[in-house]
Amino acid sequence: MTSLLVIIVLVLLAVALWQLTKIFDLTQVGANPDKSEVATDVDNNIQGYLNFGFLAFIYIFFIYGLFKWGPLVLHTPASEHGLEVDRLMNITWVLIFIVQAITQALLHYFAFKYRGTKDTKALFFADNNKLEAIWSGIPAVVLAGLILYGLYAWTNIMFVDEDEDTIVIEIYAQQFNWKARYSGEDNVLGKANVRLIEGVNSLGVDMADPYSQDDIVVTELHIPKGKKIHFKMRSQDVLHSAYFPYFRAQMNCVPGMVTEFAFTPVLTTDEYRELPYMIKKVANINDLRAKKSLLLVAKGETALDPYTFDYLLLCNKICGASHYNMQMKVIVDTPEDYKKWVSEQALLVSQVKEAKAAPAGVEGGVKLDSTKTNDTTAVVKMAMK
Amino acid sequence: MSAEGHDHAIDHEHEHHKQTFITKYIFSTDHKMIAKQYLITGILMGVIGVAISLLFRMQLAWPEESFRIFNIILGDKFAPNGVMANDIYLALVTIHGTIMVFFVLTAGLSGTFSNLLIPLQIGARDMASGFMNMISYWLFFISAVIMLSSLFVEAGPASSGWTIYPPLSALPQAIPGSGSGMTLWLVSMAIFIASSLMGSLNYIVTVINLRTKGMSMTRLPLTIWTFFVTAIIGVVSFPVLLSAALLLIFDRSFGTSFFLSDIYIAGEVLHYQGGSPVLFEHLFWFLGHPEVYIVILPAMGIVSEVLATSSRKPIFGYRAMIISTLAIAFLSTIVWGHHMFVSGMNPFLGSVFTFTTLLIAIPSAVKAFNWITTLWRGNLQFNPAMLFSIGFVSTFISGGLTGIILGDSTLDINVHDTYFVVAHFHLVMGISALYGLFAGVYHWFPRMYGRMMNKNMGYVHFWVTAICSYGVFFPMHFIGLAGLPRRYYTNTNFPLFDDLQNVNVLITMFALVGGAFQLIFLYNFFASIFYGKRSVQNPWKSNTLEWTAPVEHIHGNWPGALPEVYRWPYDYSNPHHDVDFVPQNVPMKPGEEALHH
Repeated sequence: MTSLLVIIVLVLLAVALWQLTKIFDLTQVGANPDKSEVATDVDNNIQGYLNFGFLAFIYIFFIYGLFKWGPLVLHTPASEHGLEVDRLMNITWVLIFIVQAITQALLHYFAFKYRGTKDTKALFFADNNKLEAIWSGIPAVVLAGLILYGLYAWTNIMFVDEDEDTIVIEIYAQQFNWKARYSGEDNVLGKANVRLIEGVNSLGVDMADPYSQDDIVVTELHIPKGKKIHFKMRSQDVLHSAYFPYFRAQMNCVPGMVTEFAFTPVLTTDEYRELPYMIKKVANINDLRAKKSLLLVAKGETALDPYTFDYLLLCNKICGASHYNMQMKVIVDTPEDYKKWVSEQALLVSQVKEAKAAPAGVEGGVKLDSTKTNDTTAVVKMAMK
Repeated sequence: MSAEGHDHAIDHEHEHHKQTFITKYIFSTDHKMIAKQYLITGILMGVIGVAISLLFRMQLAWPEESFRIFNIILGDKFAPNGVMANDIYLALVTIHGTIMVFFVLTAGLSGTFSNLLIPLQIGARDMASGFMNMISYWLFFISAVIMLSSLFVEAGPASSGWTIYPPLSALPQAIPGSGSGMTLWLVSMAIFIASSLMGSLNYIVTVINLRTKGMSMTRLPLTIWTFFVTAIIGVVSFPVLLSAALLLIFDRSFGTSFFLSDIYIAGEVLHYQGGSPVLFEHLFWFLGHPEVYIVILPAMGIVSEVLATSSRKPIFGYRAMIISTLAIAFLSTIVWGHHMFVSGMNPFLGSVFTFTTLLIAIPSAVKAFNWITTLWRGNLQFNPAMLFSIGFVSTFISGGLTGIILGDSTLDINVHDTYFVVAHFHLVMGISALYGLFAGVYHWFPRMYGRMMNKNMGYVHFWVTAICSYGVFFPMHFIGLAGLPRRYYTNTNFPLFDDLQNVNVLITMFALVGGAFQLIFLYNFFASIFYGKRSVQNPWKSNTLEWTAPVEHIHGNWPGALPEVYRWPYDYSNPHHDVDFVPQNVPMKPGEEALHH
C-alpha cells in the first residue's frame, strides 16, 4: 500500500511540474511566437550551469556509490586463478576510472564553459589529423596491453591439461537442482546418457561401464583445498549455467554435450568465513535479517534463521520458472576432511542395487519413474529406427 | 533534371487534392507520413515496454509484497492477491527486452528517422519505392499486434528471455510460455524481419541512387551515413535470425533436431538427437550483436547532427566519423561470440572474439573524443535536443567503458549474465539509444508536424531522465559485481544477497520516478502536435536540406526544382561568411574553398 502511495505522489509531482512549465510558458507571453521555443541566452546560461551541476552530481554519486556499495562487491577470490582474474579486473578498473573521470569532466565542463550567447561565434575547427591519431593510437596501445594480458590469463584458465593431476567431478543440472557425480578411485566418470535415466539412477549413468562402478552421486558439493578440480558439466533438459561466484568460475551446462571448467580452491569454507570482510558482511546481513524478523514475528510469521556463509553454486542461465532458486551448497574441506567425507558416501552402484531389491511401490518417486521408463524405452526405440 | 523534377511536383500537387483519409493517413506511401506512423507506433510500444519494466522492478524491490496494480494488470492467474507469479516475471522480462530492442529502438528509431530524413536530407522526392515502404510499415504494425496479442494467450507469453535460447524456448514442458506464446513470438519476429529487410533495402537504394545534384557521398550528413550503414548491417544480419527462427519453428513443430539433443524432461526422454543449442546461440548472436549497432548507429548519427547544429560548429573529424562508423559496422559482424564465452564453445574461439571485441573500443573512442571536441569553443545552444545529445555522449561513455570488462573473456567469466551486464547494456545501448531517439524527436518535431515542442517541458524531461538513468543503472553495477544473477524472480532464497535489497529498492525508486516523468514527454509530444507553436521553416538554423523544404508537407517535398548542393553540411561559423550557418544549397562564393578535408 505504501508503494501505491508513492506512485500517487509521483504522479502528483508530475502534474505539479507540468503546471510549473505552464507558468514558465505564461512568462514568455509577448515574445516572438515563432521563435519562443528555441533556446535563448537565458536558457543557455541556465542549462550551462545545470550541466556543470550534473557533472558534480555524477562525481558525487559515483564516489558515494564506491563507498556505500563498494563493500558489497565480491572480494577475495577463493580459487587460484581468481587472483589473476581479480588483478586484471583491478587494472581495467583503474583505466576505466581515469577515462571516465576525464571524459565526463571535459564533456560537461565544455558544455558549461561554451554555453552560447548571441554575440559569440564558434571557432571553425573541422578536423585535425594529429588529434585523431592521438586518440586512436592511445586506446589502441592500451587495449593491446589489456588484450594480451586477458588472453594470457584466459588460456591459462580455460585449457585444462589432461595429464595434470586433477579430481574429476561431474556437475549435473536439471530443472531446478544440481547434483554432483564423483569419479571415484579411478578418477574416470562412467559413461552416461539421459536415455539411461531410471529410478535412483537419475543421472543416466551406464551401470554396465566399468568406470561407473565407483561413481558417487551427491547433492552437496565437497571439494578439497589446494587440489585442481576438473568439472565436467551436463544438463538433462535446458541450458543452465554453473556459476561459482567466489571461485570466479562459470560454465554453461548444455544438453547433448559435456562442457568443462577447472579451478583450484585455495581457501576452505571455514577459512573464508574467518576473512575480516566476510565477518563484516555476514554481521551486516544478520542485522538486516534480525530487523526483518521483527516485522515477520509481529505479523505472526516465523523469524528468519541467522545466516552463516557458505560457498554456493548458482544457476546463471534462465532455465524456467524456478530459475531463481536453483542452488547447491559448495564446501571446501581440508584434504583430510575431504577424504573422510568421500569415504562415507554410498556408491551409486549399491544405491541402484538396493532400489532394485526393494519391492516396487515402497517409494512413490521410484514407482513414478519406473512407470515412465516404459515410455522412455519406447521413445528410444523410435529414435533408433 | 530540374525541369523533370518540376513536372513531377506538379503532378503530386494535383494528386494531393484527390487523397482520401485512408490514402493520406493510413495506407500512405509518403515517407514523411510513414515516418510519423513508425514514430507513434514506436512510442506506444515504448510506453508498454517501459510500463512492463516498472512492474518487474517493483517485484524486485518488494518481492513479498502484494500490489493491487499487479492484480489489475496481470489478472488472478498471474498475480493472485496481487503477488506476482514467478513464471509471469520471466514473461515480463522477455517481452520488455523484445519490445524495447526491436519495436522501439530498431523500428521506432531507425524506421522513423531513416524514413523522415533520407529523402529530405539527400534531396529526393521520396523513397525509391514508396509502395514497399508502406508494406514495410504495415508488416511492422502486424508484427507489433501479434507480439502484443501473445500477452493474452492462456499459458502466458514467451518467457525464455529475449534471446529465446532453446531448449527452454522449444519445450512447453520446460516453461509454459514456450507454448503458443512462443509460437506467436516467432511469427511476430519473422514478420518483423521481413519488414526490417524491406525498409533497409529501400534505404540503401535510395541513398545510393536518389541523391540530388552535388550531393556526393562525402557531402552527406552523418545522419544519412549512419542510416545507410545501419541498413547494410540489417540486410547482412537479420536474415540469419530469420533462419534461426525458422529452424526453431521446425524443431518445435515438426520434430527436427537442429538445436536439441539428449533431453529428459517431465519424466520422459524426448526423441531429439544430434542438435546443439550452441548452434542457435551462434545464429542468434550473429544478428544479436550487430543488432545493438543497428540500434546505436542511428542514434550516433542523430547526435552528431544535433551536436554540430547546436554547437554552431562543424562536427569535428567528419571523415574520421565516417571511417569509424564503417569500422564499427565491419567489426560488429565479427564479435558475436563475446556473448558466448562461457557457452561451452572452444576457448580458442573465445580468444579470437576477445580480440575483435576490444578492437571496437577504438572507433568508439574516436567518436566520443570527436563529439567532445565538437563542443570545444562552440557557441552551444541548449535546446532539449542538444541536452539529450550531450546526455547520449555521457551515457555512451559510461556504459561503453564497462564493455572493456565484458568483452574480455577472462573477466566475463565472473560477471557474465549478472546485473553487471544489465547495467552495462542498458546504459550503452538502451539509455543512449533512447536519448538519441529523444534528441531526434525534439530536433525534427518541427519538420514532422510544423510545430514546436515546449522547451521547458523538454528541459524538465531531460534532467529528471538523466538523473534517474544514472540512479537506476549506476548502483546496478555493484549488485552485479556482488554476483547477483539476472532474471531472478526474487533473491530472497539467497541470504547471501540480503544486503543487496536496499540497493534494489533504490534502483526501483529511481525507475519509478524516471518512468513517471516520461509522461511529460508524452504530453508534450501529443499536445504539441495539435497545439504547439507554429514553427518557422528553419528553427535551429541548420544547414541540411530538410530545412529548405516548406513547413507544410507536400508530396514530393519541394515545390518546383529539387535543391542543388554546393557544400558539405557542417559549414557552421564558417569564417568566410557573416552568418553562422551556410545551408548546403548555398553556392560557394567566388574564391571560397572548402575548409575541411
